Formats: sequence, C-alpha cells, structure tokens
Amino acid sequence: MKRFHVSLLVITAIFMAVTPTFLKNYGIHLFTTWLIYMIAIMGLNLTVGYAGQKSLGHAAFFGIGAYTVAILMKAGISFWIGLPIGALLCFVIGLGLGFPALRVQTIYLAFATLGFNAAVWLVMRNEEWLTGGTYGINNIMRPEFFGMSLDRNLPYYYMVLVITVVLALLLGGLLRSPWGKAFKALRDNPIRAESLGVDTRSYTLLAFAIGSGFAGIAGGLFAAQVGFIDPAPFAVHYSIMMYLMVVVGGPGYFFGPVIGAAVGVILPEWLRFAQAWYLTVFGFAVVALMIWLPDGLLSIPDRIRARRQSKAASAARAASAKRIGEAS
Amino acid sequence: MSVNQATLAVHNLAKSYGAIQAVKGVSFEVQPGEIFGVIGPNGSGKTTLFNAMLGQIQPDRGQIELRGQDVSGLSALALNHRGVGRTFQTLQVFGKMTVRENLIVAAQEHKGTLFSRIFAPSDSGLGDKADALIQKFHIAHVADKPAGELSYGQQKLVDIAMAFMSDPALILLDEPCAGVNPKLVRDIGDLLRDLNKERGSTFVVIEHNMDFIMSLCHRVMVMVEGEILAIGTPDEIRNNKQVLDAYLGS
Repeated sequence: MKRFHVSLLVITAIFMAVTPTFLKNYGIHLFTTWLIYMIAIMGLNLTVGYAGQKSLGHAAFFGIGAYTVAILMKAGISFWIGLPIGALLCFVIGLGLGFPALRVQTIYLAFATLGFNAAVWLVMRNEEWLTGGTYGINNIMRPEFFGMSLDRNLPYYYMVLVITVVLALLLGGLLRSPWGKAFKALRDNPIRAESLGVDTRSYTLLAFAIGSGFAGIAGGLFAAQVGFIDPAPFAVHYSIMMYLMVVVGGPGYFFGPVIGAAVGVILPEWLRFAQAWYLTVFGFAVVALMIWLPDGLLSIPDRIRARRQSKAASAARAASAKRIGEAS
Repeated sequence: MSVNQATLAVHNLAKSYGAIQAVKGVSFEVQPGEIFGVIGPNGSGKTTLFNAMLGQIQPDRGQIELRGQDVSGLSALALNHRGVGRTFQTLQVFGKMTVRENLIVAAQEHKGTLFSRIFAPSDSGLGDKADALIQKFHIAHVADKPAGELSYGQQKLVDIAMAFMSDPALILLDEPCAGVNPKLVRDIGDLLRDLNKERGSTFVVIEHNMDFIMSLCHRVMVMVEGEILAIGTPDEIRNNKQVLDAYLGS
C-alpha cells in the first residue's frame, strides 16, 4: 500500500473509532451495518474492480456466510469457529462456481452469477429443515471475545471495526503483492497478460473466490449483528445493489468500498426526508453519477489531475507552436 | 540436442479459413541469435503464420519446434513459459499501471510458483532489471507515470521493452514500426540491434517498413499468397527478380 493509502486508512479508522461514541443505539447499528457491507464490497471490488469480472451473485455468498454461522451456532459451535468456516465455504463454493462460470466473460458471466444467486436464494427459502425457510433462523447469539460480552451494540461495533481493518490490511498486502499486479493486468488486457505468462484463468478464479470469502465473513458478522436471518437480504436485487456500491465508490479504488457502502447503507437514512420519493431520488443520483463520474466518486481527484495535465500539455504545445512560428 | 539446433523450426504449417488457404504448408528455421524478417503484401499469410506460431489459432497441419521441442498447439501462456515473447501490432500496455509496473508484471510470472508469489516482494525482485531496461529504452523520465498517459511512441517503447523482461529465447515482433515517426523507427532499430548483440536474442519481425527490415535483419522471408517466395539475406532479397516482380517492385 502507498503511504497515502496507509494514512487514509488510519484517518478512516480513527473516524470510525471515535464517531460511534457520540451516536445513539440506532446510529451504532447503522455504522456496524456500514462496516459489514464495507467488508462485502471490499471482496466484490477485488472481483469487479481489480480483476475486471462482472459478478451479480455476491449476495448469495453473503447469505451462505450468514446461514453457515447461524446454523453452526445453533448446533453449539462457537462463532469464532463458524466465521472462518463460513468464509472458507464461500471461498470453496466461489472456486467451484468460478471454474465453469469464468469460462464466459462480461455480461454472460454476470448472468451466470445472477442465476447462481437465484438458485441459492431458492435453497434458503425452500430447504426449511436447514435454513428455516421463510421463517428464517432467529435468536442468533452475539459472540463473546475472551470472556467479554459483545451483546451491546458498541462492543460488537468495535469488534467488527477491528475485523474490517485487519481484512483491509490483508487485502492491501494482497494487492501490493505480484498477485495484485496480475489481477490488474488481466483486467486491463487479458490477451496481453496471457502472452506475458500471466495465468489469467487461475488469477481470475482466485480473485472470484477470495472476493466470495470476504462476502462470507461479512455475512457471518451480519447474522450475529441482527440476530435473525431469513432469505430476504440475500436475494438477487441485493447483489445488484452491492455491484452498484462498487461502481459508485469507484471500482479498482482501495477506498471505494468505504464510499460505496456508505451510499448503500447511510445515504438511504439521509434521504428519509424524501419518504416515498427516496428510491426516485436515489435512482436519479445514480444515473447522474454514471453520466458524469462513470469511474465512481473516488475518481474525482484523478479526473482533476488528468484535466490539469491536459491543460498543461495544450499550453506547452501552443507555446512551442508560437516559438516555431516566430523563428520561421 | 545438437549444437546448431534452430531456435524455431516450422515444418509444413498450413491454415485455411473455409475455402481460403491463408498459409499453404510453409517450412523455415530461425537460428539462435538471428534476426529473421517476414515480409509480404497484405493477405500474404504473415499474420496467420504469426498467430499459429504463437498459439492464438490452431493450424490445420504442421509442426512447430522451439529449441528442438515440439510446441505445436500450445497456448500463448504455455509458449511464454517456454521462452516465447511477443509484441502486438497494436499497442498493448497496461494503461493504469506505471511503466515500471508494466515491466515488472511482464516477468513476474517467471519467478516462483503461483502461491509463492503472494508472499513475494511487490517488485518480485525485478526492480533493478526493470530499471536497467527502462534506462536502455530511454524512458526513465516517465518510469513512474501510468503507461496510458504516455505518448504513442513512448508506449511503443514500453510495449517492446516488456517483451524483453523475461529473457525469452525467441521474441516475435509484429510490426514494431507501425504508426511510429522516422526518428523513433531508427531508435527502435538501434535498440533491437543492441539487444541482439548484448543478449544474443533471437527475433522474428513482421514489418512493412522495408528500410527498417532490410537494415535490421540477418535474413528475410518473403511470403506471397500463403507461400514462401524467397528466403535470403537482405541483399539477396533485394536482387531477387521474383520478389521484385511480386512485392518490392522496381
């Protein structure tokens, strides 16, 4: 990670650490949800923003993580064992799905993953013996951390914050490693990447599976946060919403998920004044963003820099042309 | 292996598209350290031959050997790992990565295994090598800029430099002078000559710029209508009546 990124991560972490102490219970709950979606979107950003794959099945992995933790906890297994199992299961299913699905690209991959999401959602709804069907699974307990209760919202929030920072650092390390360069290479130009020895198939698969693992962790944290899960938050339109969060934040930008998840989780709260018009306002805001900032909100500094460079280059060309004109 | 084993040997390679025979059973060899040019009018089968040699298309018949080993039908990825580097006719740099990152990613997959690379340093230990090539190609002043922000000529140099990063046994250059100004054409020629002398690199070059190819290559192959019309030194090709009639003109 660049020093700038580390500084920004520290500032963001301090902001996230201090702000909830001034919030009421609902505000803390909202911030926890923001963090949980941040983790899920970090994973999707790896798949979409860094590796360039179109996935519309992320909510399914979010759900698999949530149900795995909930089912294991109901079976008496600790949250701290259930959470990594949920992540690992999502990683393995991501590999299993990716192997055939990643043979296709772009919109076809999007549809393949969307179909997967629909199938997983049906399993969650119909397999009552396992998932509780539409009644879901309730009374999911919050975990303890070395004997410290996380039942109250604030301690649970801090636990999620620590996990988020650790995962962000791990992701930063991954992106800084040769894997990160390989991901970007296959996103920018897969044919050239392959001609340089980059095994595009393996890297694509790994990006997809790691992204799924992040969703699994987020899902597990979500289950323990809300204490009740049913299939609703894992339906296809939530995958589309998650994709939107990546795009709005800025695909391929490390801090994109912070902004994207805020738009998906916090912005609806700010738009409550609009009441029934909320979705209309939100929809138009997204349309405007896609027209003027197709690379997301975090692309604004890059666009300003590119515009400045373009102006400087034009001025240099004009000055050079003038000099040549005067000399001749 | 014999001492004089060819770096590249193509035997009876053929490829058709429907009724059109793009390449009609061509055979030739490229020796170690040789710069081998391929010329011919549009539609003569050069690109099809190149694509078949590089694993981008499957030939109908024929065999391709790299340093005595049969590599027919291997993918571009497998060929790269066996020592084949290439450039494309159009620019193919990774626009959002810096020049230095472009060069590093061009060789990092040749170090360690897929899983060991996750723990490797960011530059895979290739930083010095990349810097040396950046100096050689006179692009040090833009080394930390995103490649996509460079001029066309600078991107062309990055593109060619990337092909050298993994020290391939054979480098195939597809129209390295396309869209390049005359000064840069000379610079590219000088760079390729230097690299050929210093490293003993073997090249196959497709190019329409006759001055460039005749001054650079040790031998030149002329293709017309999917067949080899002639193979020889630049002087032999210039004086070959068949070649003059079919391609070079008077």
